[in-house]
Formats: sequence, structure tokens, C-alpha cells
Amino acid sequence: MRGARTWTWVPAALAAGFVFLYLPIVLLVVFSFNESRLVTVWAGFSTRWYGELLSNGRMLDAAGLSLSVAAVAATLSAVFGSLAGYAMGRFGRFRLRTLFALLLLAPMVLPEVILGLSMLMTFTTLDRLIGWPAERGFLVIAFAHATYGTAFVAVIVEARLRGLDPALEEAALDLGAGPVRAFVRVVLPLLLPAVVAGWLLAFTLSLDDLVVASFVSGPGATTLPMLVYSSVRLGLSPQINALATILVIVVTLLALLGSRQGRKAA
Amino acid sequence: MSEAPWHSRARRIFVVPAFAWLAATVALPLALVAAISLGEATQGAPPFDWSFTFSNYAIVLGDALYVEAFAASVRIAGTSTAICLLIGYPMALAIARARPERRLWLLFLVVLPCWTSFLIRVYAWMGILRPTGYINSALQALGLVEEPLGLIANAFAVHLGIVYAYLPFMVLPLYATIERIDAALVEAAHDLGAPPARAFWRVTFPLSLPGAVAGSLLVFIPASGEFVIPDLLGGPDTQMIGRILWLEFFQNRDWPVACAIATALAALLAGPILLFDRYRARGT
Repeated sequence: MRGARTWTWVPAALAAGFVFLYLPIVLLVVFSFNESRLVTVWAGFSTRWYGELLSNGRMLDAAGLSLSVAAVAATLSAVFGSLAGYAMGRFGRFRLRTLFALLLLAPMVLPEVILGLSMLMTFTTLDRLIGWPAERGFLVIAFAHATYGTAFVAVIVEARLRGLDPALEEAALDLGAGPVRAFVRVVLPLLLPAVVAGWLLAFTLSLDDLVVASFVSGPGATTLPMLVYSSVRLGLSPQINALATILVIVVTLLALLGSRQGRKAA
Repeated sequence: MSEAPWHSRARRIFVVPAFAWLAATVALPLALVAAISLGEATQGAPPFDWSFTFSNYAIVLGDALYVEAFAASVRIAGTSTAICLLIGYPMALAIARARPERRLWLLFLVVLPCWTSFLIRVYAWMGILRPTGYINSALQALGLVEEPLGLIANAFAVHLGIVYAYLPFMVLPLYATIERIDAALVEAAHDLGAPPARAFWRVTFPLSLPGAVAGSLLVFIPASGEFVIPDLLGGPDTQMIGRILWLEFFQNRDWPVACAIATALAALLAGPILLFDRYRARGT
């Protein structure tokens, strides 16, 4: 909307909003370099908490589990999310489309406690029926995360499809390619930026999840957010500040990458 | 879009697996929660038996603890949504009226905190609000207060946490709606002599309402089932239903009652979710 006059305080409100959004994160990062064990009292610059964090075996194990869970969950999400997004974006009105759309929307908006509980109920019922999964670890958490990752990938892919001319696929089909071949050779390369952006989003969501993982994981499988949560409940810890700083940097880089892919997609 | 004949085959190839996946990972789990909410708690593992009893709902709806938690959740989520709207609207308006080449960057800055761990962002507020936190340390150092202010473990902190965590979800749909409003309409209002305030309230604001509704639902729905924020920032007067469900499951180990709470919460949110679905369809 160009040309519309506006009040001068509106840009000031935006600036204030950014201060509100970023000040807590800035404080977190600054105090991760604090010498003192008392997180909120500045006692000089130090990187000791990074050292302690990187020699904390439980933290590293949890980080390893979380990263591999996130990679598998994001990949599953990318596959099924692309299929679902393509179905939503290209097939007009198929039967039960309303239901399909609701099933995609539900995991994005339903409270995480409901999702977590529902996934655990599924895995325990499966275990009763077929004896799998008896131990709920890595794979179970990845599956649970893929359920809502799928929805987010589908939304991004569908948005990208809206900007693509369906005549491209139709041309491939007219030239004799089957639907699968037309999809793989023509549509998928064009969708790739959206799929990559979706993969990154699903990866980040999985890496960040506390609630769903807490419900579905069995004893012995502790993800990074679960470990952070149990430590945070006991109070502030400078190691958590150091971890937060590392996460902020990694995630900012991923987000920049994702938004570049997203912009290519837009 | 024309319906070419290949659609029927392609449809089967793409729609069927996607549908099967959604049925197995979304519909079936939610149906199981509803089914187990009619079951009976046992001492076994898993601690329930299939049954067909409404006794868990009698517990949930008959106990003041649960009913009050539902009411508190709706109240807290509703108030937080209103605050998000008040803060988020000017932000969305400012971005929509920024120079086009700046808009993407401003939007990126709004969304970026969402990519950062939710848990970590709530943790950041613990450091700010607690009795020995940044605010209280500063106030005491300046001699403004003797005793630390009670800024955490209360309704104030929970509202603040929800507004902080969900603000971007308000700004995004609002921005998308405001940005799409035809500039010619606003210019026409100006040309006809309307001062900026009047042009805003008579033209821009009414046209932005669908975005305001979508953003409000996008904040209200997840916030009403929030667990982490009331758990880490709340206190005894902020027992929200998401946290009660968590305790019912992890401490009482009563799965059927936890499932009854989840089903009741999902039923409560069904209206807002369907409404959001309609607004989303209209927006695109």
C-alpha cells in the first residue's frame, strides 16, 4: 500500500515492537558470556560456560538425538508434505477435500498437549496390537514430529504451486509423460526451493519441540528440549544461556537460508 | 483450472498416499484419544482398559478444578489475544506502509524469533522477571524498591509470555491483509478530503478485519492449550488446562481422564478452528 498517509507514531510502534521481541534474546546472549554463576549479575567477560557446555556429556547426547530426530522428521515431512501440498494445490475439488484440508490444519493449530497425547495413544495401541514399538525412542519421536512437519511443508508447497502455471505439467503430459514422470521431471525441480524451505522449517520445529517428545518418548530417550526443560525448572543456569546463544546463531543462519529459498519460491 | 482426464490417475497417485498418511498420523490418533476418554483407568501397562463409560467426563465436568482451569485458559488466552492485536496491528500497518524493498526484511525480523527455541524464549523472561532478575536488580540498585517486585509466578507473567511468544502469529495475517488492500481506495478517501485518521477508520480498518480475525484465532487457539508458559511463568492462580492435562498424565497417570480433558479441549476449539479455516480460505 503505497501513497497512504499514516500517523507518525506507527513506525515508532513497530520499532518498540522489535525492542520487545529482541531485548530478551539480546540479554540472554550477553549474559552467556558472564563470568558469574549468578546468571543475572554481571561479573566480567568469560567463555567458561561454553567450555562446560561442550564437555557436558548428557547435553551432547541429547543434542545428537535431537539433531538426528529432526533430520528424519524433516525428511518424512518433506515427502508427505509435498504430496499433500500437490494434492491441495492441483487437484481442485477431489472427494473429501474439506476433510483433507482439516486434517492438514489440525496439527498446525491444535495445542501440543493434545497432539502429544494422541501420538502416544497411537503408539501404545500399536504396541498392544503388533508388539511395536516396545521401546519408544528415536524413530517414534521422529514419526511424531513428522505428523505436524508435514502440514507446514504442505502449506509452503501449496503456496508455491499457486505461482506455477499448470500448463507446464499439462505440456509434459501431452508429450507423453506419465503423471509421476511429469511430477518428478517438471514439477519437482520448480518446487524444490519450497520443499527445501519446508524441510528447514520442519527441522527447526522438531529441534524445538518439548511437549510432543515428552509424551511419546520412553525412558532413556531424552531430547535436547527435554533436558533443557528439566534444567530450567530447577532455575537459571549459565550453561543454558550458552546453549541458547548457539541455538540463536544456528537458527538465524538456517532462517536466512530458508528465507532465501522461500524468496526464490515466491 | 481445467479438469484434464489424466487427473483421475494422477489424483490416485498423489492424493491416496497423502490421505493415508494424514489418516494414520492425524485422524487415527485423535480418534484414539476420543475412544480412550471412554475407557477405564487400571493399574496395568498401559494403564487403561477399553470400555464405554462417560465417568471420565463426569469427573472432568464435575470437578471445580477442571472447570476453573478451562475457564482460566479461555480468559487468559482471550486477554492475551486482545493485547497481541493492540500491539500487532500498528506493527503490521507500519510494515505494510514501509517501502516495498524493506517489507520482506521487516517481516523476516518479525518471524525470526519464532525460529528460535520457544523454550529458550520463555526462559529468557524467567531471567528478566524473577526476584533476582534484571528488572528487580535494576530497580533495587536505583533504590526505587526495597523488596523485589513479584513479577513472576502470576497472571501478569503468563500474559506477557503468551503475548511475547505469539505476537508474530498476529502480525503475519494482519500484514498480509493490509498489504493487499487496494491503495486506490485509501487515496480516494484522501482525495475526497478525509484526514488520515478518518481514512484509516473508514477504509483501511474495516478491510483489514479478516486479517485481524485470522490472527486472533491463530493466537487464541494454541494459547488456550499452552503448557510451557503457565508452567514456567505461572503460579497457583494461573492453572491453565494444558498444564492440568500434563499433570493428569505425568503425575496422576490417569490416561482416560487426560484423554477426556484433551477431547473436551478439542471440542471447545473446534469452533475457532473451523472459523479460522473459513477465513484462511477467504484470504487466499
